[in-house]
Amino acid sequence: MAKKIVIEPVTRVEGHGKVTIHLDDKGEVAQSRLHIVEFRGFERFVQGRPYWEAPVLVQRLCGICPVSHHLAAAKAVDVIVGAGTGLGLTPTAEKIRRLMHYGQIFQSHTLHFFHLASPDLLFGYDAPPEKRNVIGVALANRELATQAVLMRKYGQELIAATAGKKIHGTGAIPGGVNKSLTIEERDTLLKGRAPLNADHMIVWSQGALAFFKDYYRKNKAFIDGFSKFPSNHLSLVRKDGALDLYHGVLRAIDANGKKILTDVDYQEYLQHIREEVRLWSYMKFPFLKALGKDKGWYRVGPLARMNTVDFIPTPLAQKEFEEFKKATNGKPNDMCMHTHWARLIEVLHAAEVIRNLLLDPDITGTDLVVKGARQSEGIGLLEAPRGTLFHHYRVGANDLIEMANLIVSTTHNNEPMNQAVNYVAKTYMTGQKEITEGMMNAVEIAIRAYDPCLSCATHAYGHMPLEVSLYDVGGNLIAQKRK
Amino acid sequence: MSPPASILIYGYGNPGRQDDGLGVLLVEKIEQWARGVGRTDLVFDSNYQLNVEDALTISNHDIVIFADATQTGSDRFAFRPLQPQATISFSTHAMTPESVLALCDELYYKRPSAHLLTIRGYAWEPNAAVTAAAAANLVAAQEFITAWLQKQR
Repeated sequence: MAKKIVIEPVTRVEGHGKVTIHLDDKGEVAQSRLHIVEFRGFERFVQGRPYWEAPVLVQRLCGICPVSHHLAAAKAVDVIVGAGTGLGLTPTAEKIRRLMHYGQIFQSHTLHFFHLASPDLLFGYDAPPEKRNVIGVALANRELATQAVLMRKYGQELIAATAGKKIHGTGAIPGGVNKSLTIEERDTLLKGRAPLNADHMIVWSQGALAFFKDYYRKNKAFIDGFSKFPSNHLSLVRKDGALDLYHGVLRAIDANGKKILTDVDYQEYLQHIREEVRLWSYMKFPFLKALGKDKGWYRVGPLARMNTVDFIPTPLAQKEFEEFKKATNGKPNDMCMHTHWARLIEVLHAAEVIRNLLLDPDITGTDLVVKGARQSEGIGLLEAPRGTLFHHYRVGANDLIEMANLIVSTTHNNEPMNQAVNYVAKTYMTGQKEITEGMMNAVEIAIRAYDPCLSCATHAYGHMPLEVSLYDVGGNLIAQKRK
Repeated sequence: MSPPASILIYGYGNPGRQDDGLGVLLVEKIEQWARGVGRTDLVFDSNYQLNVEDALTISNHDIVIFADATQTGSDRFAFRPLQPQATISFSTHAMTPESVLALCDELYYKRPSAHLLTIRGYAWEPNAAVTAAAAANLVAAQEFITAWLQKQR
């Protein structure tokens, strides 16, 4: 009897994701899919609004990465006001934006590792759910949990100082920023009372990496083998090939490391990237036009970035990057769980960048805005925590937005996440008669590595159970599990 | 005479998503009221979601009132005490107030007296105003909580 297993929603990833696994008559996985069941309607809600509102408006999309949307929209609007693409701002404006962005990277990656990934690493993916959470981490490793809290707090304070406030920040405006740091703000972030200062964040970032690498040494087979599959990789890179999360050119490589998109200006992204609609999902499937939809899909995010860049321009992270590359002899890394390693290297890099920016006198400058000849269209890209984020706006003569196209990181990773689910389903569920907690969490771990944000941050109190349903070939419910 | 208890009122939600921001709006209203009546023992905070760093935030206060929107319930608002509970957060990156209390207890050995105020909302779309019904519920919740705060002096 053919069966369909439904896991809905996926715990500890954002929003409503539903996994269906179809078993054939022999009990083998015939097909598995990650369904995105909530339509966000990103683009429609900014149409008809003045373009200068976009950087603030788009923060309504998401409570998880509002800073990324804020800055990507601001970069697009920079083009519209004639301020150029990415590097045309005043030194103070660009550095304040970078500080805001790297603060977001720092706190977001920290949250993912400590809150979402470390419970699995500390207790194992088959541990009971009441243990496998951040409270369990606090009980098992108080020092680790305390560091996580303070690293998050530091990142949040950095964002508040640069964006103006925690909710719906207004720091980035068309052509620049509306504030720089005061001397007092800078000094507090740079050399405030320990541990809330830049140097301490670097030390703790190194500690988080050491924690992961220790786990890796003891669990190499699992970390290397879990949900491993080849793919293309895409990200922004700096023109010289360095890791740059705020600005750069688009680069993609294939599974062998060959460049398949060679450092192109992202204003031309439509010439290179297409999006496919599939009937069973609300989320589109992007692909590289030159390779087509079957071979052109790619990963984005920390793992992809470690594969596309040539080097990391801060010394401590560069040293870690070299060790990371040695794990695959310099070849592209397609091991899903190494995403956690890559993410922690970026945490360290972000901490180093933050310190360097805080030491830069421009960060307290007063020259904040530039403008030029008005354009009718603007595209802004950056590397958000979860991967490359695209904002594209077309504006009418009346200054109102006529067209918006947003491709968010999780959308880029749609096919990779489906591949990951399929891999795990075939590995863990083939021939099984029972849905165990460990099996369910294996699917979730594979998805979680991408740190997806499947929905916006509406979170009104009290909903979202986890439900597993089993159907026979006729669509009849034959088993259900809820937690 | 002991000093007055430090009271934190913490609203969370996304004010850009219609009624989802009721908790944040409540904090704005109460803060305005507190300024008017000279309540200096009240501290205010708000964010999109509760998260791990809020364990540290609440550890500095004797009483914490969390304010959030709710999609369910027949009442205009509800107010109930909270106990620390290490629940799994199905909504992922966010934490429940009970989990924040539990983390605060584990990390800082503090157990502030905590309550959750939930305000009934009805619509969650981006780029739209709070619904009229939710706005009325917000007023009712505001009246209730100001009266409650006056008893805490």
